[in-house]
Amino acid sequence: MSGKPILHYCDARGRMESIRWLLAAVGVEFEERLLQTKDDLTKLRKSGTLLFQQVPMVEIDGMKMVQTRAILSYIAGKYNLYGKDLKERVLIDMYVEAIMDVNDLFITHEILLGDERKQQFATIVDKVTNRYFPVFEKVLKDHGQDFLVGNQLSRADVQLLEVILMVEEGKPDILAKFPLLQSFKARISNIPTIKKFLQPGSQRKQPIPEKNIDQVMKIFS
Amino acid sequence: MAAKPRLYYFDGRGKMESIRWLLAAAGVEFEEEFLETQEQYEKLLKGGSLLFQQVPMVEIDGMKMVQTRAILSYIAGKYNLYGKDLKERALIDMYVGGTEDLMGFILMFPFLSAEDKEKQRAFIVQKATSRYFPAYEKVLKDHGQDYLVGNNFSWADVHLLEAILMVEEKKSDVLSGFPQLQAFKARISSIPTIKKFLEPGSQRKPVPDDKYVETVRRVLRMYYDVKAN
Repeated sequence: MSGKPILHYCDARGRMESIRWLLAAVGVEFEERLLQTKDDLTKLRKSGTLLFQQVPMVEIDGMKMVQTRAILSYIAGKYNLYGKDLKERVLIDMYVEAIMDVNDLFITHEILLGDERKQQFATIVDKVTNRYFPVFEKVLKDHGQDFLVGNQLSRADVQLLEVILMVEEGKPDILAKFPLLQSFKARISNIPTIKKFLQPGSQRKQPIPEKNIDQVMKIFS
Repeated sequence: MAAKPRLYYFDGRGKMESIRWLLAAAGVEFEEEFLETQEQYEKLLKGGSLLFQQVPMVEIDGMKMVQTRAILSYIAGKYNLYGKDLKERALIDMYVGGTEDLMGFILMFPFLSAEDKEKQRAFIVQKATSRYFPAYEKVLKDHGQDYLVGNNFSWADVHLLEAILMVEEKKSDVLSGFPQLQAFKARISSIPTIKKFLEPGSQRKPVPDDKYVETVRRVLRMYYDVKAN
Protein backbone atom coordinates (compact mmCIF):
# COMPACT_ATOMS: atom_id res chain seq x y z
CA MET A 1 0.00 0.00 0.00
CA SER A 2 1.54 3.28 -1.03
CA GLY A 3 1.49 6.16 1.40
CA LYS A 4 0.12 9.60 0.72
CA PRO A 5 2.09 11.78 -1.69
CA ILE A 6 4.54 14.04 0.13
CA LEU A 7 5.10 17.53 -1.23
CA HIS A 8 8.41 19.31 -0.61
CA TYR A 9 8.30 23.08 -1.06
CA CYS A 10 8.27 26.31 0.89
CA ASP A 11 5.18 27.73 2.56
CA ALA A 12 4.00 29.57 -0.53
CA ARG A 13 2.03 29.02 -3.72
CA GLY A 14 4.92 29.32 -6.15
CA ARG A 15 5.34 26.35 -8.46
CA MET A 16 3.71 23.87 -6.10
CA GLU A 17 0.24 25.40 -5.93
CA SER A 18 -1.05 23.92 -9.19
CA ILE A 19 0.01 20.50 -7.90
CA ARG A 20 -1.87 21.03 -4.63
CA TRP A 21 -4.95 22.02 -6.66
CA LEU A 22 -4.80 18.94 -8.87
CA LEU A 23 -4.31 16.47 -6.03
CA ALA A 24 -7.16 18.12 -4.14
CA ALA A 25 -9.40 18.02 -7.22
CA VAL A 26 -8.93 14.27 -7.58
CA GLY A 27 -9.55 13.78 -3.87
CA VAL A 28 -6.03 12.57 -3.04
CA GLU A 29 -4.86 13.46 0.46
CA PHE A 30 -1.27 14.60 0.66
CA GLU A 31 1.32 15.61 3.23
CA GLU A 32 3.66 18.55 3.02
CA ARG A 33 7.21 19.16 4.19
CA LEU A 34 7.51 22.92 4.21
CA LEU A 35 11.01 24.35 3.82
CA GLN A 36 11.49 27.17 6.33
CA THR A 37 15.21 27.95 6.02
CA LYS A 38 18.09 27.71 3.58
CA ASP A 39 19.40 24.86 5.71
CA ASP A 40 16.24 22.87 5.00
CA LEU A 41 16.88 23.15 1.26
CA THR A 42 20.57 22.36 1.66
CA LYS A 43 19.71 19.22 3.60
CA LEU A 44 17.26 18.14 0.93
CA ARG A 45 19.87 18.74 -1.78
CA LYS A 46 22.49 16.77 0.13
CA SER A 47 20.12 13.84 0.49
CA GLY A 48 20.33 13.31 -3.26
CA THR A 49 16.59 13.31 -3.78
CA LEU A 50 16.39 16.41 -5.98
CA LEU A 51 17.27 15.44 -9.54
CA PHE A 52 18.18 19.01 -10.53
CA GLN A 53 18.71 20.36 -6.99
CA GLN A 54 15.32 22.05 -7.19
CA VAL A 55 11.88 21.98 -5.64
CA PRO A 56 9.00 21.28 -6.19
CA MET A 57 9.64 17.65 -5.40
CA VAL A 58 6.81 15.21 -4.84
CA GLU A 59 7.24 11.73 -3.41
CA ILE A 60 4.58 9.69 -5.14
CA ASP A 61 4.20 6.03 -6.08
CA GLY A 62 7.77 5.21 -5.15
CA MET A 63 9.20 8.05 -7.22
CA LYS A 64 10.80 11.31 -6.15
CA MET A 65 9.34 13.45 -8.92
CA VAL A 66 10.61 16.89 -9.86
CA GLN A 67 9.68 19.37 -12.61
CA THR A 68 6.24 20.86 -12.11
CA ARG A 69 4.93 19.85 -15.53
CA ALA A 70 6.08 16.25 -15.16
CA ILE A 71 4.33 16.02 -11.79
CA LEU A 72 1.10 17.59 -13.06
CA SER A 73 1.07 15.33 -16.14
CA TYR A 74 1.61 12.24 -14.02
CA ILE A 75 -1.22 13.09 -11.63
CA ALA A 76 -3.55 14.00 -14.49
CA GLY A 77 -2.73 10.78 -16.33
CA LYS A 78 -3.11 8.60 -13.28
CA TYR A 79 -6.43 10.06 -12.20
CA ASN A 80 -8.03 10.41 -15.61
CA LEU A 81 -7.91 14.17 -15.97
CA TYR A 82 -6.05 14.08 -19.26
CA GLY A 83 -8.75 13.39 -21.83
CA LYS A 84 -9.58 10.11 -23.52
CA ASP A 85 -7.20 10.16 -26.50
CA LEU A 86 -4.25 11.95 -28.06
CA LYS A 87 -6.39 14.65 -29.66
CA GLU A 88 -8.14 15.55 -26.41
CA ARG A 89 -4.80 15.43 -24.68
CA VAL A 90 -3.27 17.92 -27.06
CA LEU A 91 -6.18 20.35 -26.60
CA ILE A 92 -5.74 20.05 -22.85
CA ASP A 93 -2.00 20.59 -23.26
CA MET A 94 -2.50 23.69 -25.41
CA TYR A 95 -4.85 25.16 -22.83
CA VAL A 96 -2.77 24.31 -19.74
CA GLU A 97 0.46 25.54 -21.30
CA ALA A 98 -1.20 28.89 -21.90
CA ILE A 99 -2.63 28.89 -18.38
CA MET A 100 0.81 28.07 -17.01
CA ASP A 101 2.21 31.11 -18.80
CA VAL A 102 -0.14 33.09 -16.56
CA ASN A 103 0.95 31.06 -13.52
CA ASP A 104 4.53 32.06 -14.35
CA LEU A 105 3.52 35.73 -14.24
CA PHE A 106 2.02 35.11 -10.79
CA ILE A 107 5.12 33.31 -9.56
CA THR A 108 7.08 36.46 -10.31
CA HIS A 109 4.34 38.64 -8.81
CA GLU A 110 4.26 36.70 -5.55
CA ILE A 111 7.72 37.92 -4.49
CA LEU A 112 7.60 41.51 -5.77
CA LEU A 113 6.90 44.58 -3.67
CA GLY A 114 5.58 48.11 -4.18
CA ASP A 115 5.45 49.56 -7.68
CA GLU A 116 7.00 46.49 -9.30
CA ARG A 117 4.28 44.34 -7.80
CA LYS A 118 1.56 46.67 -9.08
CA GLN A 119 3.13 46.77 -12.52
CA GLN A 120 3.33 42.98 -12.70
CA PHE A 121 -0.32 42.66 -11.73
CA ALA A 122 -1.25 45.16 -14.43
CA THR A 123 0.59 42.95 -16.93
CA ILE A 124 -1.36 39.93 -15.70
CA VAL A 125 -4.68 41.75 -16.03
CA ASP A 126 -3.77 42.90 -19.53
CA LYS A 127 -2.77 39.41 -20.67
CA VAL A 128 -5.75 37.57 -19.23
CA THR A 129 -8.20 40.19 -20.49
CA ASN A 130 -6.81 40.39 -24.02
CA ARG A 131 -5.12 37.10 -24.70
CA TYR A 132 -6.25 34.26 -22.48
CA PHE A 133 -9.77 34.65 -21.09
CA PRO A 134 -11.29 35.50 -24.52
CA VAL A 135 -9.98 32.19 -25.84
CA PHE A 136 -11.51 30.13 -23.05
CA GLU A 137 -14.77 32.11 -23.22
CA LYS A 138 -14.94 31.24 -26.93
CA VAL A 139 -14.09 27.56 -26.33
CA LEU A 140 -16.99 27.28 -23.89
CA LYS A 141 -19.31 29.24 -26.20
CA ASP A 142 -18.47 27.18 -29.27
CA HIS A 143 -19.19 23.77 -27.77
CA GLY A 144 -21.67 24.83 -25.10
CA GLN A 145 -20.42 22.15 -22.73
CA ASP A 146 -19.68 22.33 -19.03
CA PHE A 147 -15.97 21.53 -19.30
CA LEU A 148 -13.21 22.81 -21.54
CA VAL A 149 -12.38 19.51 -23.25
CA GLY A 150 -14.28 16.36 -24.12
CA ASN A 151 -17.35 17.06 -22.03
CA GLN A 152 -15.67 15.90 -18.84
CA LEU A 153 -13.54 17.34 -16.07
CA SER A 154 -9.87 17.61 -16.95
CA ARG A 155 -6.79 19.28 -15.54
CA ALA A 156 -7.49 22.20 -17.89
CA ASP A 157 -10.65 23.06 -15.92
CA VAL A 158 -8.88 22.84 -12.57
CA GLN A 159 -5.90 24.90 -13.71
CA LEU A 160 -8.09 27.56 -15.32
CA LEU A 161 -10.15 27.93 -12.14
CA GLU A 162 -6.97 28.34 -10.12
CA VAL A 163 -5.86 31.22 -12.31
CA ILE A 164 -9.28 32.89 -12.42
CA LEU A 165 -9.41 32.96 -8.63
CA MET A 166 -5.87 34.35 -8.33
CA VAL A 167 -6.66 37.21 -10.69
CA GLU A 168 -9.91 37.91 -8.87
CA GLU A 169 -7.98 38.36 -5.63
CA GLY A 170 -6.47 41.49 -7.13
CA LYS A 171 -9.33 42.52 -9.40
CA PRO A 172 -12.67 41.09 -8.29
CA ASP A 173 -14.51 42.14 -11.47
CA ILE A 174 -12.03 40.54 -13.89
CA LEU A 175 -14.74 38.25 -15.27
CA ALA A 176 -17.23 41.08 -15.88
CA LYS A 177 -17.00 40.70 -19.64
CA PHE A 178 -16.85 36.90 -19.61
CA PRO A 179 -20.28 35.48 -18.73
CA LEU A 180 -19.45 31.90 -19.64
CA LEU A 181 -16.31 31.97 -17.52
CA GLN A 182 -18.44 33.25 -14.66
CA SER A 183 -20.72 30.23 -14.84
CA PHE A 184 -17.70 27.98 -15.44
CA LYS A 185 -16.15 29.33 -12.26
CA ALA A 186 -19.30 28.66 -10.26
CA ARG A 187 -19.69 25.19 -11.71
CA ILE A 188 -16.12 24.01 -11.16
CA SER A 189 -15.95 25.59 -7.70
CA ASN A 190 -18.97 23.51 -6.75
CA ILE A 191 -17.38 20.17 -7.51
CA PRO A 192 -17.23 18.62 -4.00
CA THR A 193 -13.47 18.03 -3.89
CA ILE A 194 -12.77 21.52 -5.17
CA LYS A 195 -15.37 23.10 -2.92
CA LYS A 196 -13.60 21.46 0.02
CA PHE A 197 -10.21 22.76 -1.14
CA LEU A 198 -11.64 26.28 -1.31
CA GLN A 199 -12.74 26.21 2.29
CA PRO A 200 -10.61 27.67 5.11
CA GLY A 201 -8.35 25.10 6.73
CA SER A 202 -7.48 23.32 3.47
CA GLN A 203 -3.90 23.02 2.22
CA ARG A 204 -4.47 25.78 -0.31
CA LYS A 205 -1.87 28.48 0.17
CA GLN A 206 -2.43 32.23 0.38
CA PRO A 207 -0.16 34.88 -1.19
CA ILE A 208 3.00 35.36 0.90
CA PRO A 209 2.42 38.25 3.32
CA GLU A 210 4.72 41.04 2.11
CA LYS A 211 6.65 41.11 5.38
CA ASN A 212 7.58 37.44 4.93
CA ILE A 213 8.78 37.63 1.32
CA ASP A 214 12.38 38.26 2.35
CA GLN A 215 12.41 35.21 4.55
CA VAL A 216 11.08 32.96 1.81
CA MET A 217 13.61 34.33 -0.69
CA LYS A 218 16.46 33.53 1.73
CA ILE A 219 15.66 29.84 1.35
CA PHE A 220 16.63 30.02 -2.31
CA SER A 221 19.49 32.48 -2.02
CA MET B 1 -3.12 10.53 -47.03
CA ALA B 2 -2.08 13.07 -44.46
CA ALA B 3 -0.32 16.23 -45.55
CA LYS B 4 3.11 16.97 -44.16
CA PRO B 5 3.16 18.99 -40.95
CA ARG B 6 3.69 22.68 -41.68
CA LEU B 7 5.70 24.78 -39.24
CA TYR B 8 5.06 28.52 -38.83
CA TYR B 9 7.98 30.39 -37.26
CA PHE B 10 11.00 32.53 -37.99
CA ASP B 11 13.88 31.23 -40.06
CA GLY B 12 15.83 30.41 -36.95
CA ARG B 13 15.95 28.16 -33.89
CA GLY B 14 14.01 29.81 -31.11
CA LYS B 15 11.24 27.70 -29.63
CA MET B 16 10.58 25.82 -32.86
CA GLU B 17 13.95 24.08 -33.00
CA SER B 18 13.07 21.30 -30.54
CA ILE B 19 10.02 20.55 -32.69
CA ARG B 20 12.18 20.31 -35.82
CA TRP B 21 14.51 17.94 -33.97
CA LEU B 22 11.69 15.67 -32.81
CA LEU B 23 9.97 15.48 -36.18
CA ALA B 24 13.31 14.75 -37.83
CA ALA B 25 14.15 12.08 -35.23
CA ALA B 26 10.79 10.44 -35.89
CA GLY B 27 11.54 10.49 -39.62
CA VAL B 28 8.64 12.82 -40.37
CA GLU B 29 9.11 15.20 -43.29
CA PHE B 30 7.79 18.70 -42.71
CA GLU B 31 7.34 22.01 -44.48
CA GLU B 32 8.09 25.43 -43.12
CA GLU B 33 6.66 28.91 -43.59
CA PHE B 34 9.07 31.57 -42.34
CA LEU B 35 7.83 34.83 -40.83
CA GLU B 36 9.76 37.73 -42.31
CA THR B 37 7.35 40.64 -42.03
CA GLN B 38 4.86 42.09 -39.62
CA GLU B 39 2.21 41.77 -42.34
CA GLN B 40 2.61 38.00 -42.49
CA TYR B 41 2.24 37.81 -38.74
CA GLU B 42 -0.82 40.11 -38.74
CA LYS B 43 -2.35 37.93 -41.46
CA LEU B 44 -1.90 34.82 -39.33
CA LEU B 45 -3.40 36.62 -36.35
CA LYS B 46 -6.38 37.95 -38.28
CA GLY B 47 -6.98 34.54 -39.80
CA GLY B 48 -7.44 33.11 -36.34
CA SER B 49 -4.63 30.62 -36.77
CA LEU B 50 -2.78 31.51 -33.60
CA LEU B 51 -4.88 30.49 -30.62
CA PHE B 52 -2.97 32.68 -28.16
CA GLN B 53 -1.56 35.07 -30.78
CA GLN B 54 1.81 33.35 -30.62
CA VAL B 55 4.14 31.20 -32.64
CA PRO B 56 5.31 28.41 -32.80
CA MET B 57 2.28 27.10 -34.63
CA VAL B 58 2.23 23.73 -36.37
CA GLU B 59 -0.47 22.54 -38.74
CA ILE B 60 -0.61 18.81 -38.18
CA ASP B 61 -3.35 16.20 -38.49
CA GLY B 62 -6.01 18.78 -39.22
CA MET B 63 -5.12 20.93 -36.20
CA LYS B 64 -3.43 24.29 -35.82
CA MET B 65 -1.36 23.45 -32.78
CA VAL B 66 0.26 26.03 -30.56
CA GLN B 67 2.31 25.92 -27.34
CA THR B 68 5.67 24.30 -27.84
CA ARG B 69 5.26 21.73 -25.10
CA ALA B 70 1.82 20.63 -26.35
CA ILE B 71 3.19 20.16 -29.86
CA LEU B 72 6.23 18.20 -28.63
CA SER B 73 4.10 15.94 -26.39
CA TYR B 74 1.74 15.26 -29.28
CA ILE B 75 4.54 14.29 -31.66
CA ALA B 76 6.23 12.16 -29.00
CA GLY B 77 2.97 10.37 -28.25
CA LYS B 78 2.05 9.85 -31.87
CA TYR B 79 5.43 8.47 -32.91
CA ASN B 80 6.06 6.27 -29.91
CA LEU B 81 8.79 8.37 -28.36
CA TYR B 82 7.01 8.77 -25.03
CA GLY B 83 7.73 5.54 -23.17
CA LYS B 84 5.49 2.53 -22.72
CA ASP B 85 3.55 3.53 -19.60
CA LEU B 86 2.79 6.34 -17.20
CA LYS B 87 5.96 5.84 -15.15
CA GLU B 88 8.29 5.92 -18.16
CA ARG B 89 6.40 8.94 -19.36
CA ALA B 90 6.96 10.62 -15.99
CA LEU B 91 10.71 10.02 -16.26
CA ILE B 92 10.77 11.38 -19.81
CA ASP B 93 8.83 14.44 -18.68
CA MET B 94 11.26 15.03 -15.82
CA TYR B 95 14.31 14.74 -18.05
CA VAL B 96 12.80 16.90 -20.79
CA GLY B 97 11.95 19.49 -18.15
CA GLY B 98 15.61 19.71 -17.21
CA THR B 99 16.89 20.05 -20.77
CA GLU B 100 14.16 22.58 -21.50
CA ASP B 101 15.31 24.69 -18.56
CA LEU B 102 18.92 24.43 -19.77
CA MET B 103 18.06 25.34 -23.36
CA GLY B 104 15.89 28.14 -22.00
CA PHE B 105 19.05 29.90 -20.81
CA ILE B 106 20.35 29.74 -24.37
CA LEU B 107 17.09 30.84 -25.99
CA MET B 108 17.48 34.48 -25.03
CA PHE B 109 21.25 34.54 -25.62
CA PRO B 110 21.17 36.13 -29.11
CA PHE B 111 19.06 39.03 -27.79
CA LEU B 112 21.54 40.06 -25.11
CA SER B 113 24.10 42.85 -25.24
CA ALA B 114 27.69 41.83 -25.90
CA GLU B 115 28.57 42.29 -22.23
CA ASP B 116 25.59 40.31 -21.02
CA LYS B 117 26.41 37.55 -23.51
CA GLU B 118 29.70 36.85 -21.75
CA LYS B 119 27.93 36.72 -18.39
CA GLN B 120 25.28 34.45 -19.79
CA ARG B 121 27.77 32.14 -21.48
CA ALA B 122 29.45 31.56 -18.12
CA PHE B 123 26.05 31.04 -16.49
CA ILE B 124 25.01 28.47 -19.10
CA VAL B 125 28.24 26.50 -18.76
CA GLN B 126 28.06 26.61 -14.98
CA LYS B 127 24.50 25.32 -14.87
CA ALA B 128 25.20 22.67 -17.49
CA THR B 129 28.27 21.29 -15.75
CA SER B 130 27.12 21.58 -12.14
CA ARG B 131 23.40 20.87 -12.35
CA TYR B 132 22.16 19.26 -15.55
CA PHE B 133 24.94 17.18 -17.10
CA PRO B 134 25.76 15.46 -13.78
CA ALA B 135 22.10 14.39 -13.47
CA TYR B 136 21.99 12.78 -16.90
CA GLU B 137 25.48 11.32 -16.51
CA LYS B 138 24.27 9.57 -13.35
CA VAL B 139 21.08 8.28 -14.99
CA LEU B 140 23.12 6.65 -17.76
CA LYS B 141 25.73 5.33 -15.36
CA ASP B 142 23.18 3.86 -12.96
CA HIS B 143 21.28 1.78 -15.52
CA GLY B 144 24.07 1.29 -18.04
CA GLN B 145 21.63 1.35 -20.94
CA ASP B 146 21.93 3.10 -24.28
CA TYR B 147 18.92 5.36 -23.80
CA LEU B 148 17.75 7.51 -20.93
CA VAL B 149 14.43 5.75 -20.31
CA GLY B 150 13.13 2.22 -20.63
CA ASN B 151 15.94 0.91 -22.78
CA ASN B 152 14.23 2.52 -25.74
CA PHE B 153 14.83 5.60 -27.85
CA SER B 154 12.56 8.42 -26.64
CA TRP B 155 11.94 12.14 -26.79
CA ALA B 156 14.23 12.54 -23.76
CA ASP B 157 17.24 11.30 -25.78
CA VAL B 158 16.55 13.65 -28.70
CA HIS B 159 16.09 16.63 -26.38
CA LEU B 160 19.27 15.87 -24.44
CA LEU B 161 21.34 15.57 -27.61
CA GLU B 162 19.95 18.88 -28.82
CA ALA B 163 20.88 20.48 -25.48
CA ILE B 164 24.38 19.00 -25.46
CA LEU B 165 25.15 20.30 -28.95
CA MET B 166 23.82 23.75 -28.06
CA VAL B 167 25.98 24.00 -24.95
CA GLU B 168 29.00 22.74 -26.90
CA GLU B 169 28.52 25.67 -29.24
CA LYS B 170 29.15 27.88 -26.20
CA LYS B 171 32.10 25.82 -24.91
CA SER B 172 33.37 23.06 -27.14
CA ASP B 173 34.95 20.88 -24.42
CA VAL B 174 32.03 21.11 -22.01
CA LEU B 175 31.56 17.31 -22.00
CA SER B 176 35.09 16.64 -20.88
CA GLY B 177 34.05 15.52 -17.39
CA PHE B 178 31.18 13.39 -18.63
CA PRO B 179 32.24 10.14 -20.32
CA GLN B 180 28.73 8.63 -20.35
CA LEU B 181 27.37 11.72 -22.08
CA GLN B 182 30.19 11.63 -24.63
CA ALA B 183 29.29 8.06 -25.55
CA PHE B 184 25.59 8.97 -25.49
CA LYS B 185 26.20 11.87 -27.85
CA ALA B 186 28.05 9.65 -30.35
CA ARG B 187 25.43 6.94 -30.12
CA ILE B 188 22.35 9.14 -30.57
CA SER B 189 24.03 11.20 -33.30
CA SER B 190 24.51 8.07 -35.37
CA ILE B 191 20.84 7.06 -35.38
CA PRO B 192 20.04 7.33 -39.11
CA THR B 193 17.26 9.94 -38.87
CA ILE B 194 19.32 12.07 -36.52
CA LYS B 195 22.50 11.63 -38.51
CA LYS B 196 20.61 12.92 -41.52
CA PHE B 197 19.31 15.92 -39.58
CA LEU B 198 22.86 16.76 -38.51
CA GLU B 199 24.10 16.90 -42.09
CA PRO B 200 24.34 20.16 -44.05
CA GLY B 201 21.24 20.89 -46.09
CA SER B 202 18.81 19.60 -43.44
CA GLN B 203 16.14 21.80 -41.87
CA ARG B 204 18.20 22.19 -38.72
CA LYS B 205 18.80 25.88 -38.13
CA PRO B 206 22.21 27.43 -37.43
CA VAL B 207 23.26 29.38 -34.36
CA PRO B 208 21.04 32.50 -34.29
CA ASP B 209 22.71 35.63 -35.71
CA ASP B 210 21.92 39.34 -35.73
CA LYS B 211 19.69 38.97 -38.76
CA TYR B 212 17.52 36.51 -36.83
CA VAL B 213 17.31 38.84 -33.83
CA GLU B 214 16.40 41.73 -36.09
CA THR B 215 13.66 39.72 -37.79
CA VAL B 216 12.07 38.58 -34.52
CA ARG B 217 12.12 42.11 -33.13
CA ARG B 218 10.67 43.55 -36.33
CA VAL B 219 7.89 41.02 -36.71
CA LEU B 220 6.82 40.82 -33.07
CA ARG B 221 7.82 44.31 -31.98
CA MET B 222 9.19 42.76 -28.82
CA TYR B 223 12.44 41.62 -27.13
CA TYR B 224 14.27 44.92 -27.40
CA ASP B 225 15.48 44.86 -23.82
CA VAL B 226 16.24 41.31 -22.75
CA LYS B 227 18.20 40.76 -19.55
CA ALA B 228 20.62 37.97 -18.71
CA ASN B 229 19.81 35.43 -15.94
